Amino acid sequence: MATYTQIQMIRLLRPLPASVAAAAALSACRLFSQETIKIGEYASLTGKEAAFGQSSHKGTVLAIEEANAAGGVLGRQIELVTEDDQSKQGESSTIVKKLISRDKVAGVLGEVASMRSLEAAPICQAYKVPMISPSSTNPKVTEIGPYIFRVCFIDPFQGTVMAKFAKDSLKLRRVAVLTSVSSAYSVGLAKYFKERFIADGGEVAIEQKFTEGDKDFNAQLTAIKAAGVEGIFVPGYYTEAALICRQARELEMAMPLFGGDGWEAPQLIEIGGAAVEGCYYSTHYSPQVDTPAVKAFVAKFKARYDGQTPDAMAALGYDSAGVMVDAIRRAGSTEGAAIRNAIAATKDYEGVTGSTTMDKDRNATKSAVVIMIKDGKFKFVQTVAP
Amino acid sequence: MTEFLQQLLNGLSLGAIYALIALGYTMVYGVLRFINFAHSDVFMVGAFIGYFAGSHLPHGTVWGGLVALAAAMAGCAVLGMTIERLVYRPLRGGPTLNVLITAIGMSLFLEYTGQLVFGATPRAFPSIFPSKVIAVHGLIVSMNQVIVIVVAAILMVALQFAVHRTKIGTAMRAVALNPKAAQLVGINIDVVISFTFGLGSALAGAGGVLYALNYPSIDPLMGVVPGLKAFVAAVLGGVGNIPGAALGALILGMVETFVDGSRWSTYKDAIAFAILIGILLFRPAGLLGRFTAEKV
Amino acid sequence: MPKPLIALLATVLLAFGVSNFSDRIDPYYLDVMTGVGINIILAVSLNLVNGYTGQFSLGHAGFMSVGAYLSAAITLFLGPRLLGDGGGSAVQQGLLFLGALLVGGTGAAVAGLAVGIPSLRLKGDYLALVTLGFGEIIRVVFQNVEALGGALGLNGIPNYTTVFWVYSFAALTVFTVVCLVRSTYGRGFIAIHDDEIASEAVGLNTTRYKIVAFVVGAFFAGVAGGLYGHFKLTITPTGFDFTKSIEIVVMVILGGMGNTIGVILAAILLTILPEVLRSVEQYRMIMYALLLIILMPVRPKGLFNFDYPAIVARLRRKFWPARE
Repeated sequence: MATYTQIQMIRLLRPLPASVAAAAALSACRLFSQETIKIGEYASLTGKEAAFGQSSHKGTVLAIEEANAAGGVLGRQIELVTEDDQSKQGESSTIVKKLISRDKVAGVLGEVASMRSLEAAPICQAYKVPMISPSSTNPKVTEIGPYIFRVCFIDPFQGTVMAKFAKDSLKLRRVAVLTSVSSAYSVGLAKYFKERFIADGGEVAIEQKFTEGDKDFNAQLTAIKAAGVEGIFVPGYYTEAALICRQARELEMAMPLFGGDGWEAPQLIEIGGAAVEGCYYSTHYSPQVDTPAVKAFVAKFKARYDGQTPDAMAALGYDSAGVMVDAIRRAGSTEGAAIRNAIAATKDYEGVTGSTTMDKDRNATKSAVVIMIKDGKFKFVQTVAP
Repeated sequence: MTEFLQQLLNGLSLGAIYALIALGYTMVYGVLRFINFAHSDVFMVGAFIGYFAGSHLPHGTVWGGLVALAAAMAGCAVLGMTIERLVYRPLRGGPTLNVLITAIGMSLFLEYTGQLVFGATPRAFPSIFPSKVIAVHGLIVSMNQVIVIVVAAILMVALQFAVHRTKIGTAMRAVALNPKAAQLVGINIDVVISFTFGLGSALAGAGGVLYALNYPSIDPLMGVVPGLKAFVAAVLGGVGNIPGAALGALILGMVETFVDGSRWSTYKDAIAFAILIGILLFRPAGLLGRFTAEKV
Repeated sequence: MPKPLIALLATVLLAFGVSNFSDRIDPYYLDVMTGVGINIILAVSLNLVNGYTGQFSLGHAGFMSVGAYLSAAITLFLGPRLLGDGGGSAVQQGLLFLGALLVGGTGAAVAGLAVGIPSLRLKGDYLALVTLGFGEIIRVVFQNVEALGGALGLNGIPNYTTVFWVYSFAALTVFTVVCLVRSTYGRGFIAIHDDEIASEAVGLNTTRYKIVAFVVGAFFAGVAGGLYGHFKLTITPTGFDFTKSIEIVVMVILGGMGNTIGVILAAILLTILPEVLRSVEQYRMIMYALLLIILMPVRPKGLFNFDYPAIVARLRRKFWPARE
């Protein structure tokens, strides 16, 4: 007969097999339900440049959803952590710090605008978290350090694109340049345009400046009109470009106005109306380009987002996420340094904005497209290779 | 020469808009002795009312434009009077600093609620008046500019009439001169102040629509900078002085346009403030104002 | 040693201690703490002008930007020359940073002088607008100076700001302002706040007091600007606009104009609140606005404006009744 103590012990031990089984089951569960891989995104979802930020965000989300549907990366699902910088200075650095230290993201995607990329890049660099900007074109962004990349071309190239187009296709010899002093993008683009245009034998007869938020350009345009030029280069954002075109037309200035990728937004035509007809701008991609990749992307985007056509920002957002995911896959780990090296080694990645290869300065050598506004719509004109 | 005349015309139309806003500031200051920071946002609301009215009315017609204008003016008058009644009146009689702070709060409230409701991205203002461009000897005159100048002039004349020839206008002037004495002779201060706010806000609303006509991109923060410049104009002309506000606005509009077309265009905001500081240093009463010594 | 001085030294030592352990603290919390410290400096320095002296200044961000740009210019442009290629030792970097901050503060103080003198004969609303105007002028000037980056601003600023620097200067600011105001000389500030004409009538040099208030306030705003620049590592002219000035003014109003502890509490709250409310970010400014509107009729003294010494005394009497 067992002693009292022995019976007690047996009673105690009775749940043991069940608990061992439970523990085994639990640990097996933990083996299968892995943590997600987090990728951070900071974008201007609200504020003055919300049009760009929302566009690139949509493209990024589509890419991540696709990747997850195909099984994720490294056997894990990807979680996109997005923060809104409200198009304001000072916010990007705080939210990127939060993404890195609190959310522990493996990589950061952003930003559309060069100014805000310049703000956040030093932080990503300091914490050794790779950052890919979808569409910041100012060269200084990637100069910050080896952890900063971009999937688009840079302003020195974009400036030459429009310079060549103005000279060769539009046959302009004498132009004016109207620059926004408030943005790194505008100042940089203007500089490179001028260099190339003058080197090609053209003349920049007059330069005028404005500030972001300005509504009245009559004074600058009147001065430009008096200088008798054949075209006006306006390397700014659509908010001002639309008004500039309108006021130019009202002053009976019929010459073409042209600009860069900052022009691309539906509001350009909404606000500009008939005034922007026959104007041109350069950008990274057009939904009308006839390649299978673009066609497939446009179809997927329309299906996901209620029939909206993706613009250049959406396409670049998509590609930046694609490159990041591809790099993580090639790196085989979520280590910052490993991902960084994999991104740097990106070669001939076939995206929707063309084939991406990272050069030694961590910029992508891509072609540009020139778009014309015709009949109230954006119309693809030509591709310009680097 | 053409360029000079063109800039002159541009400056005139800009000045006309500043004048409409400045009149509101100057009237409220004359009567209540405080700067209504929220005035510039009433201007913005006017533009938005015009935007929504315009989307329901046919474009390019004169009567359509006038209806939108009237709607904006009426809407802003109501808004102005409501703000006065709910927010400023309870603080009357207290230190002016408190009202100033409340006014700043009201301004921020209108701006950021606007951003929340309308989004911060600029919208295209419909061309509610017929938009034509006439060329006169190389000078380009746009219909919108003409409308701005004409409407502003009409409103200012109407205001002068109202202030000097009507009973309520006289009451306004009395309250501006001495509130306590005005009450003693039986003037209902509340009514007068409400009316002043309503009138000033209506003018700001008109200013908003006219501004949006010329610069058809509206957003909730559009009132901040024009509002500040309009205040500078009011001070330049002599705060509390209606013709002074118009004169100051005109001068400011001209100076700003000419600076804008010159090499120093990016300093144009700073110029407006430099003028403000200059005037306050050298002639604080403004160009047409009278200096009232502060009695203890 | 007088009590305020002990408090100052104790805070500096504590800050030094915390700084040394900073790598054990979550960088996000460190971030927030640094932000709180900088806002304390800004709010307390503005409190001297707006609160104690009663001069409603809306251009504090302008002084901050002068300090930020000057100090950043020194560390970015002079730094490499002074420290040499190796980057210098920690002590050398610290000295350079201190020097840069002081120069930034002095530059801002000069700006304060420039703003204060013309503004002297202005009262209330006019002063508010002129200070706002000055803030905007400073911003436009920086936007146009290419050597300081123009619209792009400066970036790549060395990361010198630590908890030690921020809280030492915060303590110094509080020390200076409180001692200044409590001194016999300092009574003048409060007199001007209460009744400027009467103060003139009894022979107070109101001009000089107002200038002193502006200059001291601007100096510390400049130091805060320098700390901010070396914290965010990027500064642009538009980051120091009217909206930033308003944020600081809200702290002072909330804390109670003229109540240093209240202002410190308000600064802490208004720095932490946006972080906590990140999910409702777009409502933040609306809530600030409503706060201002509701506060004035309901509690114009400010939310945190309590008589703290009296509260402390009462608590003491309750828990240490033996102290008779």
